[in-house]
Amino acid sequence: MDYRISDAYAGPRSEDYLPASAATAVKVVIVGGFGVGKTTLVGSVSEIRPLTTEETMTQAGVGVDDLAGVEEKTETTVAMDFGRISINERLVLYLFGTPGQQRFWFLWNGLFEGALGAVVLVDTRRLEVSYEVVGHLEERSVPFVVAINTFPGAPSYPMRDLRSAMDLPDEVPMVECDARDRGSCRDTLMALMRYLHSLTTAPPERQ
Amino acid sequence: MSEAGQCWEPGSPERLFALSEDGGPARYKGPLDLVTLIVTRSVPDSGLQPEQAAVLRMCDYPLSVAEISAYLSLPVSALLVLLNDLVAQEHVEARPPVPAAALPDIQLLEAVMHGLQNL
Ligand SMILES: Nc1nc2c(ncn2[C@@H]2O[C@H](COP(=O)(O)OP(=O)(O)O)[C@@H](O)[C@H]2O)c(=O)[nH]1
Ligand SMILES: [Mg+2]
Repeated sequence: MDYRISDAYAGPRSEDYLPASAATAVKVVIVGGFGVGKTTLVGSVSEIRPLTTEETMTQAGVGVDDLAGVEEKTETTVAMDFGRISINERLVLYLFGTPGQQRFWFLWNGLFEGALGAVVLVDTRRLEVSYEVVGHLEERSVPFVVAINTFPGAPSYPMRDLRSAMDLPDEVPMVECDARDRGSCRDTLMALMRYLHSLTTAPPERQ
Repeated sequence: MSEAGQCWEPGSPERLFALSEDGGPARYKGPLDLVTLIVTRSVPDSGLQPEQAAVLRMCDYPLSVAEISAYLSLPVSALLVLLNDLVAQEHVEARPPVPAAALPDIQLLEAVMHGLQNL
């Protein structure tokens, strides 16, 4: 592996540092298809301009190279935008925007592990993208809310119809969200926190 | 920034760090997460790789693993190799995220909601 490192590292601007008192962090993951507004949402609420982190994924190939006796491996580099909100002097919230239609996001080690929860951002013109995302989150027991990002010209369905189309349980909150609007994004994150709060105070009955 | 009295205190130090044998706080050396905060604890010496020296220069104030990866343009797994060395040699302190739990702590959620309201 050969990563080019220049002598001048572009570190953070002085205003992009956390205070020395920052003791611990929590994370929330924003999931949704390409172009649904994840980076826009992160940028709307983040105190730093969104940054990009990347990871190299190695997946075992299907075939086996008999001659060399080694299994084929494919390497994919995936990038993810993220932002940051200082909650108070000690606590920091990070928001990661990940395209959910690609299976390997869920292989990114530890991305969802320890996350408070997720926001599934949905474009009603491409509802099918969110089916898989919702399935993955449910499989991993990651609590989530669904945020409908209404684009101009997008079909407008009653929430009730969207809920049944996405096969969402009644208790999963659904909100509308304009990813360009800070207040709207904040309300979406608040909806997630209130939902998590309700799960903590009154765990749903198991049948 | 935030009002006094509403700050969530993320546990006493012993919740974050195990105590070492002599009773002093032992530095956290567990696995690093994307949102583990890294803080420099020593000056760069000549034995370090240039990327590791860059981490020490960058982390006078806390930065998450994700932020360091972004600023150095290093894939997370490559950065973790460098950081694990720095943590082991106590060149940096690692401040772990709130531990994963089936359900998050009420006080933590209330602190986050309070912080979001200030946005
Ligand atoms: N009209 C409208 N456009 C949006 C909204 N959110 C994002 N966009 C636009 O949609 C495009 C894709 O957004 P982006 O955040 O890059 O999507 P990502 O691929 O999910 O990160 C950008 O040009 C945004 O300006 C929204 O709520 N309403
Ligand atoms: Mg994006």
